[in-house]
Amino acid sequence: MDVWSSLMDGFSTALTPMNLMYAMIGVILGTAVGVLPGLGPAMTVALLLPVTYALEPTSAFIMFAGIYYGGMYGGSTTSILLNTPGESSSVVTAIEGNKMAKAGRAAQALATAAIGSFVAGTIGTTLLAVCAPIVVKFAVSLGSPSYFAIMMLALLAVTAVLGKSRLRGFASLGLGLAIGLVGLDSVTGQSRLTFGIPLLSDGLDIVVVAVAIFAVGEALWVAAHLRRTPLHIIPVGRPWMGKKDWQRSWKPWLRGTVFGFPFGALPAGGAEIPTFLSYVTEKRLSKHPEEFGHGAIEGVAGPEAANNAAAAGTLTPMLALGLPTNATAAVMLAAFTSYGIQPGPQLFSSQGPLVWALIASLFIGNLLLLLINLPLAPLWAKLLQLPRPYLYAGILFFATLGAYSVNLQAFDLVILLVLGALGFMMRRFGLPVLPLILGVILGPRLEGQLRKTLQLSAGDPAGLFSEPIAVGIYVIIGIILAWPLVLKLIRRSRPAKAMPIGYDDAEPGADHTVASVPPSTTTEATIPTHRKQEKP
Amino acid sequence: MSSAVTGLKGRAELGVALLLGVVGVLVFLDANGLVTPYSKSDPVGPKTVPFIVAGILLICAVMLAINVLRGGKGEAEEGEDVDLTHPADWKTILPLAGAFLLNILLIDWAGWVISGTVLFWGSVLALGSRRYIRDGIISVALSLLTFYGFYLGLGIALPAGLLEGIL
Repeated sequence: MDVWSSLMDGFSTALTPMNLMYAMIGVILGTAVGVLPGLGPAMTVALLLPVTYALEPTSAFIMFAGIYYGGMYGGSTTSILLNTPGESSSVVTAIEGNKMAKAGRAAQALATAAIGSFVAGTIGTTLLAVCAPIVVKFAVSLGSPSYFAIMMLALLAVTAVLGKSRLRGFASLGLGLAIGLVGLDSVTGQSRLTFGIPLLSDGLDIVVVAVAIFAVGEALWVAAHLRRTPLHIIPVGRPWMGKKDWQRSWKPWLRGTVFGFPFGALPAGGAEIPTFLSYVTEKRLSKHPEEFGHGAIEGVAGPEAANNAAAAGTLTPMLALGLPTNATAAVMLAAFTSYGIQPGPQLFSSQGPLVWALIASLFIGNLLLLLINLPLAPLWAKLLQLPRPYLYAGILFFATLGAYSVNLQAFDLVILLVLGALGFMMRRFGLPVLPLILGVILGPRLEGQLRKTLQLSAGDPAGLFSEPIAVGIYVIIGIILAWPLVLKLIRRSRPAKAMPIGYDDAEPGADHTVASVPPSTTTEATIPTHRKQEKP
Repeated sequence: MSSAVTGLKGRAELGVALLLGVVGVLVFLDANGLVTPYSKSDPVGPKTVPFIVAGILLICAVMLAINVLRGGKGEAEEGEDVDLTHPADWKTILPLAGAFLLNILLIDWAGWVISGTVLFWGSVLALGSRRYIRDGIISVALSLLTFYGFYLGLGIALPAGLLEGIL
């Protein structure tokens, strides 16, 4: 009952008119920006971080909660109305969603996505409220060796499992770790990688790094390849569903939630695998399998629910362990730190009211999302028509403003441009962005835990293995790293059976594994080719 | 000479490997230059992690170079507004970067309202809009709005620069 009373306290904080307003602003901003091409929830949070510095932490996080879910929902609107999903997590939604829209059922597709998101988000947030304290109870017993191992797992899993090329993932991770090193060493106070520039002593502000890599890099990249022919946007009225649509949607919503939450909570789980699994499952279970590929509502309902449940799941390790597993969580973690709040097991005891207000506002944000988005859908569709010069000039404008307002020094803008160019290069050459951001954020904390661990063991490396959890995690890491090798052996012994899923195409030279899959007419085999890295 | 050039054509990705290598060497040299007496309370010291990071970067640099020379290729990122069928359009990028640089140079001296206007107007023009007057009005409005919004709403005083006293 402890959870219940804490949660009620959270609601009483979040339901004050002021905080309710922030939640509302968050939901509207999040959706609006999520709908806009080229902008995802992580970038929205990053851009708005400086703005929220003037707010007190509770209000700021209530707003972030709205932005988080709003951004997720906005992405699905785009992928239904345009056939070009901006986020990896909406790729699957686009398959059936866009077909439905083309067949004149855009209203139903948007409705099942919105209501499914609400159902999954509510269940997911409930699970978060129940699970997070349990994880915390378990986590307070862990020492530095285990934390070190868990962070290693998160970094390596994101780098090795997500993305198309492991090699490029590690390259991105290395760059992120290097950026994280800049500044004074926390233990000895020596300056590292500052090149004698005093302004670098404090390290690179994570807000500046995130805005540079996400916003500036993206704007420059799109500018270089701007689509000159206008996209075809399907007009839509107010979303609604008939009785039959409800009957066909409710089970996929629930099943999608079951897929989504656990994957979201895992390091590197993300939303891609569960949305894909949900799609395949619904296709198999559907009474109308012939409709798949021509706009089956189950194919929107399931993956969309999985997507939102995964978003809720992601917050579990973020809040309970201080471990971000996707870009948005990483930026939110940076926001916590900028308020001087250390996420992790102590968070629930030291900042209990704030955390529970955040969780309560996730519920509220979810409901607001449903109430706002059903009537506003036609407006969101109009947003898609914003002239692109204004959109991308606006991104640069607000990125500059955001980065500058953190410290009010022009030097940060130089960093912004340099790292923006790096972001551009990474997009050009297929380096995933997420490992870099996680490297910047987790790198210094990883180093801290490593030094603490070896300090306790007086320099004996065996100290790293002094906790059973740590040992267990190293075994998992070993399996993840060895997995492509194992697959290769299996494939060699059974050459006829190609792996249908491209999640394993990892080692150098094998970046085109997908192409080597025998051409198949099923959608399963074609989905992985659409896989792309998560849009910030 | 010409054969070397054709051999390098389409291998722009080697530049990425080069960048990784350079960063790796920088990290290594920087860490190597740190002077640290052995301390019992900090057996790892400030050098260990940079050495590991440098190692990761250098290994990635070499492996990426090998991968690219063998024909490996990183896939360029797609997106709603991205059309990969045409090559990178430097006529858009360079003016865009120019507008950004101008903003950096102007912001402290001329103030945000002027530099922000230059940034937005320049970017819109670089991105292909040709409604000069309307764009100009929007740019000024945006800059003024954010200036006062930040000052009144958030208590953040952006530099007024040349317009000090007027704003």
